[in-house]
Amino acid sequence: MKKKYYLKCTGKYLFRMITLLIAVSVISFVLVSLSPVDPVQQYVGAVPNVSVEQRAKIAEYWGLNDPPVERFFAWAGSVLHGDFGVSLLYRRPVLDIIVEKFGASLALMMTAWIFSGVLGFAIGCVMGLFNGRWLDKILKKVCFVMCSIPTFWIGIVFLMVFSVMLGWFPFGMSVPKGVPADEVTILQRIHHLVLPALTLSFLSFANVALHTREKLVDVLESDYVLFAKARGESKWSVLKRHGLRNILLPAVTMQFGSFSELFGGSVLAENIFSYPGLGAAVSAAGMYSDVPLLLGITLFSTLFVFVGNMLANIIYGIVDPQIREGCIK
Amino acid sequence: MKEAILLVKDLSVSFHMYDGGLEQYDLKVISNLTLDVRPGEIVAIAGSSGSGKSLFAHAVMGLLPENAVMTGKVFYKGKVLSQKDKEALRGTEMALVPQSVSYLDPLMTIGAQVRGTKPNRQIIKAQKEIFKRLHLKEETEKLYPFQLSGGMARRVLVATAVLSGAQLIIADEPTPGLDLEMALEALQVFRELADAGKAVVLITHDIDLAFHIADRISVFYAGTTVETAKAADFLKGKETLRHPYSKALWEALPQNGFKPIPGFQPYAKYLPKGCLFSPRCPLKTKECENEIPMTEVRGGYVRCIHAD
Repeated sequence: MKKKYYLKCTGKYLFRMITLLIAVSVISFVLVSLSPVDPVQQYVGAVPNVSVEQRAKIAEYWGLNDPPVERFFAWAGSVLHGDFGVSLLYRRPVLDIIVEKFGASLALMMTAWIFSGVLGFAIGCVMGLFNGRWLDKILKKVCFVMCSIPTFWIGIVFLMVFSVMLGWFPFGMSVPKGVPADEVTILQRIHHLVLPALTLSFLSFANVALHTREKLVDVLESDYVLFAKARGESKWSVLKRHGLRNILLPAVTMQFGSFSELFGGSVLAENIFSYPGLGAAVSAAGMYSDVPLLLGITLFSTLFVFVGNMLANIIYGIVDPQIREGCIK
Repeated sequence: MKEAILLVKDLSVSFHMYDGGLEQYDLKVISNLTLDVRPGEIVAIAGSSGSGKSLFAHAVMGLLPENAVMTGKVFYKGKVLSQKDKEALRGTEMALVPQSVSYLDPLMTIGAQVRGTKPNRQIIKAQKEIFKRLHLKEETEKLYPFQLSGGMARRVLVATAVLSGAQLIIADEPTPGLDLEMALEALQVFRELADAGKAVVLITHDIDLAFHIADRISVFYAGTTVETAKAADFLKGKETLRHPYSKALWEALPQNGFKPIPGFQPYAKYLPKGCLFSPRCPLKTKECENEIPMTEVRGGYVRCIHAD
């Protein structure tokens, strides 16, 4: 039954992913076409003596005068061949930039993600176990406060406190200034990663904790926990055998479903800390009307968020047989 | 007479409730309940919904929620049980057969749940035997609770109690959802457990079945016992019974005239003074407003001053 589940569900997700990518590329292409951005102007930039004829030639060469549908298929065709175009901002192929920036972002996002997931789950469990007692009440209030703090604000506060006042962490960037790239140590990288990662994890930490708490309280009040107690299981055994398994589901869903927030949050966090990742690149692409890069990152982030949600669904099915059965039907 | 395995004396259970804002009150859901079960015996508890049957089971096992207050004494083999004692005896000496599939962990296979925390070869063998006995197919072990029918779930729950080897088994509605044959088979399992010297408390709506399988019947009303008597008395008819409520219950059975009595069981917040049945009782007198003790009448116990 499990094997059948994986096969069938993987096929289903693959189909969904392709349709989603097509839809997103169409919509973002239409939006960019409708925007007042003039690609020729962006291309020539500040170079002063480019004549009108030369501009027309560039437009002709790029096929800007072709009908939109034709232009879309030309673009989509090259994307399918792995050619996302050249970034106007960086003057390098878009794909190279995405790969390079994503590497840096991934380190940041995964650190924040694991941090918020593990700590959020653990604190949620503690709150659930101490339901209604003072420890729970205090932690709950802390979580509510954390939930309502915006990422950009907490980022600036962290900068002020830990970088400016205490001087524990660098002000920004992912590596120290004036050090050749091949001499940067892993410790230096981690040192630069801490504050942005903390800022980013603030986003989902409290959410995970509060959801885990609610679910654990429900589970501990459930009939099956009562019966487990009636059969002589100790409190610890109940938590291990029945509690954890049953509260894993919402935690996993929250955690993998938070990929979109993670990506959105990284745009803010990376800008505050001048961290050279994909989030900083996407806002730069937007600010300087770098259309190829913007479209490339849009597609890439779609894929990223989709993969997160898909993983949540698959893991859900592994943990919960009821969902496994639902997928096969 | 053998010493009772379970003896419950003057058990009362109240819930501490909050009523809009800061007003608090105690909701007395079980009052002055008394019951004894001896080895080799099945005592059936009959009574309508809300008469405190399930809570009684939870109180004996020490499973009441935190806002519940319990008074009175629960003896196990002559020893008064504290909450700690109950926790120690649960699962090994006392077993509960709960009502429905919701008492099974939704994410664990039936086999793993029935075998419990320490499955060994002996337990697995015993589990397979009892499943066969209760007409549960071998594949049932690999199923999850949501894949069971109501009847299968009940039989799985019965199996857990049999496997526990407990001396006292409290079964909370083990038969609904089973067809007659299955129900009789499940009850036969309880009969055999009792015949092996164990004590069984059978909480049930299936009064007819209870009359046939149990040794004694205890009738609950509004959270207390109104009458405890031999099952045979209930089979013979109205005249051998002692309490007006038991008589009414007997007459309400389809084969005995299907005759309802007016009124309804009082809500725990608005219990009448003295006899809890008095507002609906044809024999009611001024004295019924006093505290009514359980007294022995014709070999049975009854909580009624007019019984003879």
